[in-house]
Amino acid sequence: MTTTGTGVRARALPVTDLSLVVLIGASGSGKSTFARRHFKPTEVISSDFCRGLVADDENDQSASRDAFDVLHYIAGKRLAAGRRTVVDATTVQQDARRGLIELAKRYDVLPIAIVLDVPEDVCAERNATRTDRVDMPRRVIRRHARELRRSLRHLEREGFRKVHVLRGAEEVEHATVVTEKRFNDLTHLTGPFDIIGDVHGCASELEALLGKLGYTDGVHPEGRTAVFVGDLVDRGPDSPGVLRRVMAMVKSGNALCVPGNHENKYGRHLRGRKVQHTHGLAETIAQMEGESEEFRAEVREFIDSLVSHYVLDGGRLVVCHAGLPEKYHGRTSGRVRSHALYGDTTGETDEFGLPVRYPWAEDYRGRAAVVYGHTPVSEATWLNNTICLDTGAVFGGKLTALRWPERELVDVPAERVWYEPAKPLRTEAPGGHDGRPLDLADVHARRVVETRHAGRITVREENAAAALEVMSRFATDPRLLPYLPPTMAPTATSQVDGYLEHPEEAFASYAADGVARVVCEEKHMGSRAVALVCRDVGAARARFGVEGPTGALYTRTGRPFLDDGSVTEEILDRLRTAIGEAGLWDELSTDWMLLDAELMPWSLKASGLLRSQYAAVGAASGAVFPGALAALEGAAARGVDVTDLLARQRGRAADAAAFTDAYRRYCWTTDGLDGVRLAPFQILAVQGRSLAALPHDDQLALIDRLVEHDGSGLLQTTRRLYVDTADPESVRAGVDWWLEMTGRGGEGMVVKPVGALVRDPEGRLVQPGIKCRGREYLRIIYGPEYTRPDNLARLRQRFLNHKRSLAIREYALGLEALDRLADGEPLWRVHEAVFGVLALESEPVDPRL
Amino acid sequence: MFLTITTTGTPEHPATDLGFLLHKHPDRAQAFSTSFGTAHVLYPEAEEQRCTAALLLEVDAVALVRRGKGRGRGGAPDAALAQYVNDRPYAASSLLAVALSNVFSSAMRGVCKARPDRAGQPLPLRVEVPALPARGGPDLVRRLFEPLGWTAAVEAVPLDTEFPEWGDSRYVRLVLEARTLTLAEALRHLYVLLPVLDDAKHYWVCADEVDKLLRAGDGWLPGHPEQKLITSRYLSRRWSLTRDAMERLELVRLAETDDSDVEEIDNAVAAEAEPDAEEKPAPLAVQRREAILGALRESAAARVLDLGCGEGQLVRELLKEPRFTEIVGVDVSVRALTVAARRLKLDRMGERRAARVTLFQGSLAYTDNRLKGYDAAVLSEVIEHLDLPRLPALEYAVFGAARPRTVVVTTPNVEYNVRWETLPAGHVRHRDHRFEWTREEFRTWADEIAERHGYGVEFRPVGPDDPEVGPPTQMAVFTLKTIHEKEAKAA
Repeated sequence: MTTTGTGVRARALPVTDLSLVVLIGASGSGKSTFARRHFKPTEVISSDFCRGLVADDENDQSASRDAFDVLHYIAGKRLAAGRRTVVDATTVQQDARRGLIELAKRYDVLPIAIVLDVPEDVCAERNATRTDRVDMPRRVIRRHARELRRSLRHLEREGFRKVHVLRGAEEVEHATVVTEKRFNDLTHLTGPFDIIGDVHGCASELEALLGKLGYTDGVHPEGRTAVFVGDLVDRGPDSPGVLRRVMAMVKSGNALCVPGNHENKYGRHLRGRKVQHTHGLAETIAQMEGESEEFRAEVREFIDSLVSHYVLDGGRLVVCHAGLPEKYHGRTSGRVRSHALYGDTTGETDEFGLPVRYPWAEDYRGRAAVVYGHTPVSEATWLNNTICLDTGAVFGGKLTALRWPERELVDVPAERVWYEPAKPLRTEAPGGHDGRPLDLADVHARRVVETRHAGRITVREENAAAALEVMSRFATDPRLLPYLPPTMAPTATSQVDGYLEHPEEAFASYAADGVARVVCEEKHMGSRAVALVCRDVGAARARFGVEGPTGALYTRTGRPFLDDGSVTEEILDRLRTAIGEAGLWDELSTDWMLLDAELMPWSLKASGLLRSQYAAVGAASGAVFPGALAALEGAAARGVDVTDLLARQRGRAADAAAFTDAYRRYCWTTDGLDGVRLAPFQILAVQGRSLAALPHDDQLALIDRLVEHDGSGLLQTTRRLYVDTADPESVRAGVDWWLEMTGRGGEGMVVKPVGALVRDPEGRLVQPGIKCRGREYLRIIYGPEYTRPDNLARLRQRFLNHKRSLAIREYALGLEALDRLADGEPLWRVHEAVFGVLALESEPVDPRL
Repeated sequence: MFLTITTTGTPEHPATDLGFLLHKHPDRAQAFSTSFGTAHVLYPEAEEQRCTAALLLEVDAVALVRRGKGRGRGGAPDAALAQYVNDRPYAASSLLAVALSNVFSSAMRGVCKARPDRAGQPLPLRVEVPALPARGGPDLVRRLFEPLGWTAAVEAVPLDTEFPEWGDSRYVRLVLEARTLTLAEALRHLYVLLPVLDDAKHYWVCADEVDKLLRAGDGWLPGHPEQKLITSRYLSRRWSLTRDAMERLELVRLAETDDSDVEEIDNAVAAEAEPDAEEKPAPLAVQRREAILGALRESAAARVLDLGCGEGQLVRELLKEPRFTEIVGVDVSVRALTVAARRLKLDRMGERRAARVTLFQGSLAYTDNRLKGYDAAVLSEVIEHLDLPRLPALEYAVFGAARPRTVVVTTPNVEYNVRWETLPAGHVRHRDHRFEWTREEFRTWADEIAERHGYGVEFRPVGPDDPEVGPPTQMAVFTLKTIHEKEAKAA
């Protein structure tokens, strides 16, 4: 505090960074000037301004009610978003302040009062200089002053957590505002941390765990910080020993600690409050009897100093005792503290007489990981980015720590059962046996998905609605559906005579994007299939939480490929064997693998479409042409001039026959798995890793090993050719390869940058693949007669931009899904991206592309 | 796109008179442009004894598809036209019928200045249509033509001779013969019955179609035993067509992405023309709703969720009873909800009444906060539309998360299927049913849920309770236990 020349104290007013600041003072006391000087213009909402908004007149007192509604609404939005808000209104009456205090409570921020207690005369003088207030009667100001004086004593009782009273115009003039951080805001600490679960007086286990974590006498050689989630005391054999260790570590800066409900209760006991000596408190009290009075005082002080939760590591980590929903992170209110200590209870009790806890973690959708304890579980497992570390050490379980940011679990077993549990340890994470569920709010309506590779991608409402129907009614279990493949753009339209698509444009396009080396991969004549294979039932259970299936095989829209689950398992089994024989489980240190593949024949899945559409066209044309041609030939024989017409019909008949040949190549009869082929062409992800950026030559080398080691005849190789887009010789070889392949009836090829995940010189994602479809194959797409010159001329007017943009957006969402999967993010995050791909697939784009 | 008309003759009545009757000279090939391509008339034979006229329509397939494109894919009223690869250039459809009436308009009216006497007389006729799409198969073709005096030889065309296991296509090779009909009558029969058999129109059906039908059907349609079918197919319902075209696009695209038939995915709403094969005795649906209403009344529910409300039949019944103060219809199909809103006439309903109803899209594969806090939820004929492995998600969403006090679930009793005369053995009642349960299976499932989530459950039959196989529909009424017990204590 400094003193100004006039002798008035220049007061520094601490104001918390997230709070609701209420300026209190009579009309003319200088609130607006004060607000302008000390806060950002957007932080301040004035009642005058709101009156203007609703009534076109800042002084229209009849509009006050509406104006305050608006003010509260805006303030609420700001507070919900975590922004400090300053209310500039007279608020000299308690009634006016009550609503604001409720608002602060609703958003769990501190209400702070700054009182501008300026003499009546000064206020009146100032109002007299303002044209809009010159008529304000003196009695109004007098009433304000009276009400203000009456309020001053009560402000703290009303609920303001800080009250700053500035007396006189001078003090107002010279005061400064100092922004303070909240106690729970330790975002600047980045650890690394070792977060330790509920100890409950198990001093020996704690020492063992600290040793295993690398601490020597409470200090880690690499400067790591231990973080205790609370419940240090009660039930166990040596609560004083645990307190001594933890307090020393906190004091020396080697540990942080949040309070548990047991400390809280013991603290109340130490302060002389009457509490029931149940749930192991009696043991603590007895053990503390043997300690010095001084130590007990230290313990009391320690417990009193604990902050209910901490936000750490740039906001990525929240630690508290009983878990905390996102809206409470970094907030300060009674209910935040209560949730942090006790969790949320439903008010019901279970058959053991213990309170039923609301499964808040099921609903959790926050970006910060929440690490907590409180509820004993047999295994610590992640659920929606939250993890409970209370593994019941005192009940004979184990003491568990989480290394952050490594996310590794370290534990030591309990030496014995120190205390009989009231009910058996839960065998599952809170939130149900499969640790989910997905919530509609995760996918419904218009959404924006943040992706690492292409920023924000919007999903429109109608597309989400269609995806919801397909996802709900037809798709595979979302836990086994961690990815959907993106659509792929065709090559730019060719001007080569007789061709709609031709590889030259694909090579040229990559050359223009600065991609020198591409791989041409044969397009298989089947259906896209994604295969998720786990090493065994246990791996599927552990990683994907499913009981029974060892993976999934699904289509581009997430539908199970085969109706018969046992046939799917047979395919997965053959894949699994090949992966094992090729040694890839160990080499990639994984026990599951996600593969992108083509399953053949096409008729296996698309038989309905083939029959109702393609074969029907073949049947109709086959039935009609013999008669039509015979009629024309008859007329010609009679000397009627039908030369052109006859030639044209012969051509059309030939086109129709070529069409029939084209679709027939996609059909062959299968019996069980006989005749079924699977051609994997990319390993998408394995444990802890997305392989989407692995160059295609490395990818294909892995795939080749899989195919080689498949003894069952299921797997099929993908033929390929590498092309240098800058070398005309190489490009010609690529074109010839395609001509040869499609000339024999092949579907065509996909051209991909060898580097897989590639950006152009401007930094934009490059198309991950461009398809060049064979001339005959395209009959199935564009109709039997598309190659006729006049048809081709019209079909060349096709527009690819939307398809390309769609391909890139879906690609980015697919990559995002894989990254989230590899990072072990919660199911809803992976599902959000997968759902986005499906939704985008329903965007209107020419389906022939 | 091709048919021939043949007649035979004698020196007094030469067959070549066909040229006069059709107003087309047998020695010339003539072309007429129509909106979908060019129609050609030519005579492969023209002798005194025998004369054949051929009508060949060259359809411009690319233009046909483009025409449908203006308003997105839904521009085309004919589902087949919405497909880029379609049979229209080859099959005898409404395109051919329109060409027929354009090219032979005078003949169709029976006008012939050159041979006025012959126009009104029957003549020996043979009509060949080599690729006729016939929904209903050869049998229906005979039923349509034979009452009119034709002898019909109908032969199914196989889908693909290389894949005999695929069976027959929907096309038939049709040969019609008659000696008692005039040419004008024959042409009018074809004009009406070709599109009826195809059951699709390439143009929007509008009000003047009725006049066209009456004109073309004059003299033969009123007495035809299949009059009803002919009329309803010819005047394919306009609203259902527009809806098909305008409302299913997103789903159509997803079906295409997967190389699936659109009907495989977009089947939440029964096609209106298609009678519900599932339940021959419509009263079962009524009985089911009555049973559900009974259970709801007993539970004293006021705020009710209809989960999987479909086209809103139950919502309508609930609305009739003021005790149900808040009725929420939820379905995953946007199309079903649109139909429901239209059938309930929500936009015209009085404000007070409308305030009791809400319809929104939702999915029981996800938990949903909007569904919390209701007195009761109905899942009528819903669970059997989910794959069994997905059922636990529904269970949790309803019994674990939404937790209404009362839950009413109905589902078919598969044991009863043997009593449906029309249902082939081993078939499910609706093709989207993923499973149908015995009474035992249903009870086991329901008991487990009740146990897991703290509900009590009781079972009731819906429909005639057959002593051997039970009722056609089985119903379970779940009641949340804690509330139940508290109330019991209070009482």
